[in-house]
Amino acid sequence: MASHTLPPLPYAYEALEPVISKQIMELHHQKHHQTYVNNLNAALAAHATATQTNDVSALISLQQKIRFNGGGHINHSLFWKNLTPPGTPGNDLTGAAPTLREAIISRWGSEEAFKGAFGAALLGIQGSGWGWLVSAGGPKGRLEITTTKDQDPVTGDVPVFGVDMWEHAYYLQYLNNKAGYIEGIWKIINWAEAEKRYTAGVENPLKL
Amino acid sequence: MVALLANSARVALRRSGASACSKAGYAGLTSTRGKATLPDLAYDYGALEPSISGKIMELHHKNHHNTYVNSYNTAVEQLQEAQHKGDIAAQIVLKPAINFHGGGHLNHSLFWENLAPKSAGGGELSTGALSKAIDSTYGSFGEFQSKMNAALAGIQGSGWAWLVKDKQTGQIGIRTYANQDPVVGQYEPLLGIDAWEHAYYLQYQNRKAEYFSAIWDVINWKVVEKRFA
Repeated sequence: MASHTLPPLPYAYEALEPVISKQIMELHHQKHHQTYVNNLNAALAAHATATQTNDVSALISLQQKIRFNGGGHINHSLFWKNLTPPGTPGNDLTGAAPTLREAIISRWGSEEAFKGAFGAALLGIQGSGWGWLVSAGGPKGRLEITTTKDQDPVTGDVPVFGVDMWEHAYYLQYLNNKAGYIEGIWKIINWAEAEKRYTAGVENPLKL
Repeated sequence: MVALLANSARVALRRSGASACSKAGYAGLTSTRGKATLPDLAYDYGALEPSISGKIMELHHKNHHNTYVNSYNTAVEQLQEAQHKGDIAAQIVLKPAINFHGGGHLNHSLFWENLAPKSAGGGELSTGALSKAIDSTYGSFGEFQSKMNAALAGIQGSGWAWLVKDKQTGQIGIRTYANQDPVVGQYEPLLGIDAWEHAYYLQYQNRKAEYFSAIWDVINWKVVEKRFA
């Protein structure tokens, strides 16, 4: 059985500074994301064995491990790609995402109103989780802001972009100042990737 | 346990300057006209080193715990307003905020008390009813520790692991709770360990097993014994 591997980052560990420090990116990618990959592979191997032996109760008990670690692998794989170093062309909403920008403005009235609503949703997460802009049902659908707990992935809708609100995503740099992290994240959102996902959907982020 | 909680309630009242207390509540939450307040720690921020750094303790107490206290007070004010107006829908909407911030206040208040510096007896469980219960339930203290550590390591997301007492049977057990869900209802909290990343990340980063192993050196077993009695 082919196993999942840690995808390389599309930029250097320090490339998102000063918004996200090199140390956070290294730990987040090499340790946290890698652990989700390893635990997903272990759970899938156990799942394959249980399938062969027709052990239904083992299959059921593996579901939560697959959900958590598979979700962690999907979410981080999407996250790395929906970030870009500050000041790069992809970070320019107007230039990089004309279709998405129009849809955001028609849905929330203005870019600022959207960012305000998105930030409030992120701050409202109680515990670990993610905030997402999604396109409901498929590409070019109705835009919605949604949050998922722990490592639950977005299913059914297109994840246009996601923001990791686990403390490990910002704590070494921002401590309990979550609002500071959220303010900074806009400087590194990859709107070019968001436009692509909004207009054409997301390919399987975990293609083996 | 009741005496202990009443004591933290008194600390909270002293700090808030409130004069009337109708009934001592649960871990520093009192039903008084005053507001919930941040309880003082019984030791210095640096006193739990090297298990937990002074910087973590300071941020955890002054910033994280204090935010739960303030947000809980805000939610309760809104609840009182909604009750005053007889607005049932608004009262229901406030439930998650009260559970989360009230739970955060309860959990941290219990947590600070169940920690102590090594120099003040941290990490020492003396022979008695609790150590007997641990031995008879888990076989040995070491076996209990590894079960508790496994429960902590298995938390998916933010949460707590607790040694609890079942009010119906008097038996002890290990239970995990998501986010800031407090130990209420059938179980009584004896010993809680905070598995939120903010509880250890500055010192241990992703090596959370090291934090779970180091914290045993600063457990205040005298308090756990009192809660169990």
